[in-house]
Amino acid sequence: MGSFIVKRILLAIPLLLIISFLTFVLINLSPLDPAVVVLQAQEVPQITDELVTQTKAELGMDQPFLIQYGNWLLACLQLDFGESYVTGNSVWSMIGPAFVNTLKLTLISSVFIILFSILLGVVCAMREGKTMDKSVRGFSFLLTAIPSYWLAAMLIWYFSVKLDLLPTSGMDSAQSYILPVIVITVSYVGIYFRSVRSSMLNNLNEDYVLYARASGIPERKVTLHILRNSLQVSVSIFCMAIPIVLGSTVVIENVFAWPGLGRLSVRSILSRDFPIIQAYVLILAVTFVLFNTLSDIVNAALNPKLRKEFE
Amino acid sequence: MRNLRNLSQDKLAMASLSFIVVMIAAGVLAPLFAPHDPEEVNMKLRYASASWSYLLGNDHLGRCVLSRLIYGIRPSVLWVLVALLASVLLGAIVGFISGYFKGKTDAILMRVCDIMLSFPGYVMTLAVVGILGAGLENILIAFVVMKWAWFARVIRTSVMQYSEMDYVKFARASGVSHLRIIHKHIVPVTFSDIAVISSSSICSMILQISGLSFLGLGVQAPQAEWGMMLNEAREVMFSRPELMLAPGLAIVLVVSAFNFLSDALQVALDPKLMTSKPGGKLRGRKRGEQVAYEYIGS
Repeated sequence: MGSFIVKRILLAIPLLLIISFLTFVLINLSPLDPAVVVLQAQEVPQITDELVTQTKAELGMDQPFLIQYGNWLLACLQLDFGESYVTGNSVWSMIGPAFVNTLKLTLISSVFIILFSILLGVVCAMREGKTMDKSVRGFSFLLTAIPSYWLAAMLIWYFSVKLDLLPTSGMDSAQSYILPVIVITVSYVGIYFRSVRSSMLNNLNEDYVLYARASGIPERKVTLHILRNSLQVSVSIFCMAIPIVLGSTVVIENVFAWPGLGRLSVRSILSRDFPIIQAYVLILAVTFVLFNTLSDIVNAALNPKLRKEFE
Repeated sequence: MRNLRNLSQDKLAMASLSFIVVMIAAGVLAPLFAPHDPEEVNMKLRYASASWSYLLGNDHLGRCVLSRLIYGIRPSVLWVLVALLASVLLGAIVGFISGYFKGKTDAILMRVCDIMLSFPGYVMTLAVVGILGAGLENILIAFVVMKWAWFARVIRTSVMQYSEMDYVKFARASGVSHLRIIHKHIVPVTFSDIAVISSSSICSMILQISGLSFLGLGVQAPQAEWGMMLNEAREVMFSRPELMLAPGLAIVLVVSAFNFLSDALQVALDPKLMTSKPGGKLRGRKRGEQVAYEYIGS
């Protein structure tokens, strides 16, 4: 198991390097000269060629491409993502707290997503083809068709405006979490409970279930066996769910004015604050890869067959 | 032909298909269907409720909501279809080369796909829009750039499965050219897989594009787009919540219709699912897996 973990982590390193390189290249693909963007963001009235060269020298943009990349990568490893073009503050001081806020929202939502997906998935698989199964699946079909921001707006209108029960936006108290968590949970449970259900159903037809039933083991114990086996498949899907939710809270954060990564990134895109966009992409892509690696390791721990394949 | 007959037996699918066809027609022929100019400002009619000449009422600038909804089909649905076609085409080319020729080409192309897929899709779309600037074209470019790898992977798997079939080996042995083999023997059989993955991707694409427009990153005012209309309605959400209804329901209806259609397509086009009991156990299972993987891919 130890050698598997080491191998898997070593495999992730080149991928992380490629990702960091692409993130760096991305900014240079912009049709705008970054130096001009900096000057525009600082609202310099007249942008002369002289000023552009000067800014380039200040930001180290006149150096060869690979050296720029090397310097940038080394700085990023020390959590120094440069300074915002617009405010001049260090990017980390803006993105760090925002990341924590988004992470809180994501983790709490993920707990609910996992709980409800397993619950609904198991119930539907046990009652396959019955009214319960059909209605839950039909309802989830509808839920996946609802844009999350629209649902969010509707909930805000009903619970916060009409009934005046919950705060409309912001992150001031524990109550502020209720609506965003509901919206995120609702938009993902519809997708993830299906995978739990289908892996439960696959397991139901296995020989060991037939054997267990034939030897008179109580149905509840058989269900537990099936559940443990089918959760293996779900684990990797759930590990991937966390970074996906992390990356797609953008819209929800904007509706609820949540002081997180999503809101920061959209604001930076609109004001063309490249260093923040760059840091945002890098941080999320790295999280994505790390969770991917984690899910492989967890899967291998649960299923020895996968470990053999690797060796 | 048999596939079409299978599909036509599914009433829900046919209803969804007719809805989609009518909507696409309305979008293409928007000037004929829309009762008013979608960008015509009429301050006298601000927030007017539904009337005979303005069936769905007027928005904060007195513009006709129904006309804006009809014109909104173009960016919200038609352009999404174009972006989908472009990325499926790109993915199919890579997938066919990779799956048919195998070997080194395949290894290199699939490595590239793996790298593309290791980026979180939504974040990358945001990044591309961030670099190129807000606007519908840039979102569509971002979509094609981010989605092709996913299609390439699925299509490759499908091609590989058929390129080892005896009849393909026979054709190769008798000296039929590669292009002809692909064209005559592989495209027709993999077509159903391609149709299924593209139809199941369209839903998440429509939702994401309207979401980006909702954030102000997509279509720019005064052009009409559903997400954009919701964004405008949100500002007056507390006093005029009814403005959120029409564009929101439009999105829900379209996405549900595509959802049902893709579900039915999957059953109708898959010969394996048809030979087993139609609508039986297999159906639900297959669907569930497809959906889960699709969203991970996005």
